[in-house]
Amino acid sequence: MPKINFVLPDGSQQTIDAAVGQSIMEAATANLVKGIVADCGGGCSCATCHVYVDPEWVAKLTPADDVEQSMLEGAIDPNERSRLSCQLRMSDALDGIVVHVPAAQF
Amino acid sequence: MSELNVDSTVVIVGAGQAGGEAAAELRRQGFAGRVIMLGEETQPPYKRPPLSKAYLSGAATQESLYVMQPAQLDKVKIEFRGNTKVVRIDRKDKLLELADGSTQKYDKLVIATGGRARPLPLPGADASNVFVLRTIEDVQKIKALCEPGKRVTIIGGGFIGLEGAAVLVKMGLKVTLLEGLPRVLARVTVPEVSAFFERVHREAGVDLRTGAQLAGFEGTPVNAVTLADGTRIETDFVVVGIGLIPNTELADAAGLKIDNGIVVDQYARTGDPDIYAAGDCTNHPSTFLGRNVRLESVQNAMEQGRAVARNILGKNEPYQTVPWFWSDQYDLKLQTVGISGAHDQIVLRGDPATARNFAVFYLKGGKLIAADTVSRPQEFMFAKKLVAEGAVIDPAKLADESVPMKSLATPAA
Repeated sequence: MPKINFVLPDGSQQTIDAAVGQSIMEAATANLVKGIVADCGGGCSCATCHVYVDPEWVAKLTPADDVEQSMLEGAIDPNERSRLSCQLRMSDALDGIVVHVPAAQF
Repeated sequence: MSELNVDSTVVIVGAGQAGGEAAAELRRQGFAGRVIMLGEETQPPYKRPPLSKAYLSGAATQESLYVMQPAQLDKVKIEFRGNTKVVRIDRKDKLLELADGSTQKYDKLVIATGGRARPLPLPGADASNVFVLRTIEDVQKIKALCEPGKRVTIIGGGFIGLEGAAVLVKMGLKVTLLEGLPRVLARVTVPEVSAFFERVHREAGVDLRTGAQLAGFEGTPVNAVTLADGTRIETDFVVVGIGLIPNTELADAAGLKIDNGIVVDQYARTGDPDIYAAGDCTNHPSTFLGRNVRLESVQNAMEQGRAVARNILGKNEPYQTVPWFWSDQYDLKLQTVGISGAHDQIVLRGDPATARNFAVFYLKGGKLIAADTVSRPQEFMFAKKLVAEGAVIDPAKLADESVPMKSLATPAA
């Protein structure tokens, strides 16, 4: 099972196991990771699963589509590493990915 | 009011999204006592929005609807009991009487009983091929009948009816949608938006009829729907989406105040300091709207569910939210923020009469109070911020597509 490392705003880290095909958001909510509330449940409609992807992992992800990109531009404190974690599907290639949870979601 | 500790028990009645989120937040906040969630359905908490969208179409599996699988609930010690009906709340002894005759004590109680689909008040509505769409079980029954060429009649031009129509027509069914009012979505939006959705559904092949007065059903099971004007619509099955009835009976019988929902204060607490409530079944004071409101949305269920958990743990945080909502139909994403109706001006950005994406902004005294956006996620996200701020915005700039939304979000000095 590929692992996901969530870095919380206080610097603490939470590592969880995800299933291949599961989104990072789904893995986070199932494991009660704080700050990933995902109110719309993965519909790319609310941006409450916003994360900053660690620089070394950004290029390994499928780029954001137009809807996700537009949602992100209006999210709270977006930057060039912003993604909606409901749109990021886990694969073995992403084993060990590091994502940072925005302080604004606390 | 007693302080909670490791020996305390929080019982949540209702295992929908509000109940599930309250349980999850209790654990996220570090509550170490017992969390017991009692649900009438056999299912652990699941996401309802996909029921009329990706689950109906087959794009989402049943497994993907669960926020937490039973094994994960066990892991974080959320005790879920399905198929469990609470028949009475004994507030004096702080215990619940269950339908099987057993009892369950609580220190704090959360009522998250949600709502049930409003039944059609018409003879024949209880036929085996007339369905509502609220639960996994409802959708499973509908899906079993979905074959290309089958005729379905959808009663109700609200979100459930329209989302269902979009999915079913794409699956190759012959879809007739009947709305009793002169336009679809009449309760939630302006005529321009209603007309837009009527157009796209008709373009997709839905036989959409507004102002359709139902007269009755023919056959058992139903094989035709008749209208007051004599029209007869042959059909293989019927889906009814005419709204929701909040499940307030349990709270009412316990003597809690009911007024279009279980009345809670800004801390999501009922008149009993040990009983909280969250989700579709509640009526809460909204600072944003300046009045009490009962919201039927997953956003409210989730946010109020979290608020309940935090306030049970003594955080004393008022529940203040700006309502938002979305609906996916075909390739279109409708996103709304705020509640229109109190507006005195509407501003269009884009043209709903010709395009497949646009935004409608609602202003009151110059202040942005709500927006409906169709396939304009950026407009939605900025409107969400501006509505929350109560921003006063120049209508000409809102209407001008060459003015980026981003620039409107920067408060003028």
